[in-house]
Amino acid sequence: MSAVIENHHDDHHHGPDKGLMRWVLTTNHKDIGTLYLWFSFMMFLVGGCMALVIRAELFQPGLQLVVPEFFNQMTTMHGLIMVFGAVMPAFVGLANWLVPMMIGAPDMALPRMNNYSFWILPFAFGMLLSTLFMEGGAPNFGWTFYAPLSTEYAPPSVTFFIFAVHLMGISSIMGSINVIVTILNLRAPGMRLMDMPLFVWTWLITAYLLIAVMPVLAGVVTMMLMDIHFGTAFFNAGGGGDPVLFQHVFWFFGHPEVYIMILPAFGIVSAIIPTFARKKLFGYDSMVYATASIAFLSFIVWAHHMFTVGMPIAGELYFMYATMLIAVPTGVKVFNWVATMWQGSMTFETPMLFAIAFVILFTIGGLSGLMLAIVPADFQYHDTYFVVAHFHYVLVPGSIFSIMAAAYYWLPKWTGNMYDETLGKTHFWLSFVGVNVTFFPQHFIGLAGMPRRYPDYALQFADWNMVSSVGAFLFGFSQLLFLFIVIKCIRGGKQATDEVWDGAEGLEWTVESPAPYHTFSTPPALPERSLA
Amino acid sequence: MVKGAMPKPMDQDRVNHRLELLDMTKTQSSLGAVSRVKRVVKLLTALAASVVSTHALADWSALNMTKGVTEISRQVYDLHMLIFTICVVIGVVVFGIMIWSMLVHRKSLGAEPASFSHSTKLEYAWTIIPIFILIGMAVPATSTLRDMYDASEADIDIEVRGYQWKWQYRYLNDDPTQEVKFMSALLTPPDEYYNRTPKREHYLADVDNPLVIPINKKVRFLVTSNDVIHSWWVPDFAVKKDAIPGFVHEAWAKVEEPGIYRGKCTELCGKDHGFMPIVVKAVEQEEYEAWLAMKQQEALEVYETVGKTWTMAELMETGEKVYAQHCQTCHQANGEGIPPAFPSLVGQGLAIGPIDPHIDIVVNGKAGSAMQAFAAQLNPAEIAAVVTYERNAWGNDVGDLVQPREVNALVSGEE
Ligand code: HEM
Ligand SMILES: [Cu+2]
Repeated sequence: MSAVIENHHDDHHHGPDKGLMRWVLTTNHKDIGTLYLWFSFMMFLVGGCMALVIRAELFQPGLQLVVPEFFNQMTTMHGLIMVFGAVMPAFVGLANWLVPMMIGAPDMALPRMNNYSFWILPFAFGMLLSTLFMEGGAPNFGWTFYAPLSTEYAPPSVTFFIFAVHLMGISSIMGSINVIVTILNLRAPGMRLMDMPLFVWTWLITAYLLIAVMPVLAGVVTMMLMDIHFGTAFFNAGGGGDPVLFQHVFWFFGHPEVYIMILPAFGIVSAIIPTFARKKLFGYDSMVYATASIAFLSFIVWAHHMFTVGMPIAGELYFMYATMLIAVPTGVKVFNWVATMWQGSMTFETPMLFAIAFVILFTIGGLSGLMLAIVPADFQYHDTYFVVAHFHYVLVPGSIFSIMAAAYYWLPKWTGNMYDETLGKTHFWLSFVGVNVTFFPQHFIGLAGMPRRYPDYALQFADWNMVSSVGAFLFGFSQLLFLFIVIKCIRGGKQATDEVWDGAEGLEWTVESPAPYHTFSTPPALPERSLA
Repeated sequence: MVKGAMPKPMDQDRVNHRLELLDMTKTQSSLGAVSRVKRVVKLLTALAASVVSTHALADWSALNMTKGVTEISRQVYDLHMLIFTICVVIGVVVFGIMIWSMLVHRKSLGAEPASFSHSTKLEYAWTIIPIFILIGMAVPATSTLRDMYDASEADIDIEVRGYQWKWQYRYLNDDPTQEVKFMSALLTPPDEYYNRTPKREHYLADVDNPLVIPINKKVRFLVTSNDVIHSWWVPDFAVKKDAIPGFVHEAWAKVEEPGIYRGKCTELCGKDHGFMPIVVKAVEQEEYEAWLAMKQQEALEVYETVGKTWTMAELMETGEKVYAQHCQTCHQANGEGIPPAFPSLVGQGLAIGPIDPHIDIVVNGKAGSAMQAFAAQLNPAEIAAVVTYERNAWGNDVGDLVQPREVNALVSGEE
């Protein structure tokens, strides 16, 4: 880009403003990335506390701590906050920090809009959380908010929930437009699409998914709003509407949404494993094609969440076959990662530990997904803890572990300091044990017949629920250690080199550590055609 | 064990081992948290031991999907085990290779990185081989699904209707006077789930009126709902169907062994989603017929009671029972409700006002609230009794009463 002609990024150009207004008014991609990441971490803790309320109540049979009404509010808010408040903003934060640095761009293409996308979020979540204090309580109909429980039978706060979802949607759509425009227009001269690091590729595809499905989510909540306040009957059988329509529209958003939460994770892991195996990523091209096929397939499998709503057999069979197909590109990815490790020269620093745990535990989640795709068996699994185990395996040691891996991997670049490796490894092992103790038994609780979203349960489920709760507290409290490690790293530590990791490749490692406030004001010359 | 069916004969060693485990899984309500923790530790060690022992799989049955008691449920179980085994094998191979690599290809052992970064042959192989594995899974899955959708003529039709938070069963019959219909609700009293009294066997898994069906007959369940979406799940039949207002969906079961089979609601349906279990009693044909005849007789009697004139004492006595069964979850035993969602009935509102609006709200419910129309679930005598009860309990002492025949006039006049 010709607008910027300085030779040095730091000679006369301004650095960050001072004080609070720096953060409110900032249009700098690094500042905005930081805001997103801190926001996401706060939401992670808030959502985590709700999870602990749930697990504490389920520690023993009987109602000890909360009443069922409040329990339902906790499961609902936990899901909404983790999905929309923790995982998605964390990936957007990483995209902000990394995409411009990885493609050699000076900033995001639309910096002012970038600022808006972030600052909408605190209002959206402030509104969502405020419903907890409203008369009638917070939304209590599950993060999937099936009508008519979420319309005719909803607490009055549902209107605030709808408005909050609209705000989140606007924020996501603006964020994705920004990512797409940046990637398509601001790549360093000579960087072809097939030269881009996989994190950039996966985010490009994720951004398209977001633009395609967030409006569908907005549509479905608007239909709810109409039903609740303006006398329509989209989802009201009594008025000639169709409650199942709700589920179709919701899952048409919802299934791509789950891939929105995992594709960037694929990109992160594809950056980390080659670094610590000191070997090029295996099958770059097939990684890109696999990501694209997963994204495409994600639009045509939504009703696998609805096998028990009474679809005709042809519908069940179609959605079963289509869902099973997703296992193929997913398998390709896993095999590629394993092949990348194979005959490498591996070391196991914290980011690598999280990345390897990701591959193993995500695969377990993928395999249970395959089991869930088998319709006759899904009749038994559906809406039990088996499903809870499945999606937590892909989301916690999946998405969340990848985010933590990313944080450890790039923290030295962001702060200029190395994090404390011993503490990092401790954090990893506590999290790893915690996650598995929490979620592995849930497979069995589910198979044995415990439905999800139950505040209390029959006695034969008692033992494994207790184990699961213990694991949840272990995992939850370990995250405070993560907070400590990050703060410690920001405040000091061993000075990081520019390259940070000896096997790391990519443009972000060519700038100094910490990355200066403005990078690539002049487009970099690409070293050679081998960034990926 | 959920059901009363006997385990299949197996060698004594296995039986003993299994019983031991079951014994540990069985919870005695009197156990406190501490002793339960100890038991969990014991259980974990026992399980760890059984994993290494040769007949590990048999011992997992308490943690696995039930085989159930229908041809279909066994097919589903076999399918589940097949897919599960394939997944475990894939997992073992992939993780095995990873772990091997992690142990051997370490920098600390002096491993030098290789330089390959793709292999067309390998990539084709691991795209195409999985497709064949998937086809291998899809074939049995498809045939089981077709069997589940076998819609041939059933011997008995039962409508299953979900309510917030109980089930209604209706034995469809061409002759409307022969039609048996009743509600089935949780039997566990609040004292048990609020930990005031010990939890007994079948905690949260028992109902007042179980559904009764004959064995070896094809029963068709017509599943629907009166309010929000519920889902009717009986694992032993491999039947799970969403109960959706405005839709009637079919499911079938041909039960082979007499016994008591327990299930649950599996679609979030509001506050008491966890408190509306399902119990199905499968009995021999003769027993079924006797039971049905008795039910039909009862229905007739209820019909007749509507004609007689009730005393205040009779109404209060029946009213108290009806209240405990149908109203108390929301309005609470002391009538004070949980405002604002569930208003108090004590000393205020309709319960002490004129009687007609009071009857009306019980009969027709209140749109947009959790207060449902009870006309479909309660007979006129029960409605008259509960209204009378509410007007005269908890110090309301309004003093008036309503006769079943008046309610009946109101209900049937409307229809
Ligand atoms: C091989 C890949 C996968 C397959 C075949 C698969 C299949 C399924 C199926 C069939 C269900 C519905 C189960 C039921 O409700 O009965 C389900 C639920 C779910 N899956 Fe997956 N899945 C896969 C990967 C993923 C990934 C990567 C994610 C997210 C990162 C994910 C997140 C979820 C979530 C959140 C639910 C539950 C939603 C809810 O009901 O609340 N899955 N999956
Ligand atoms: Cu899905």
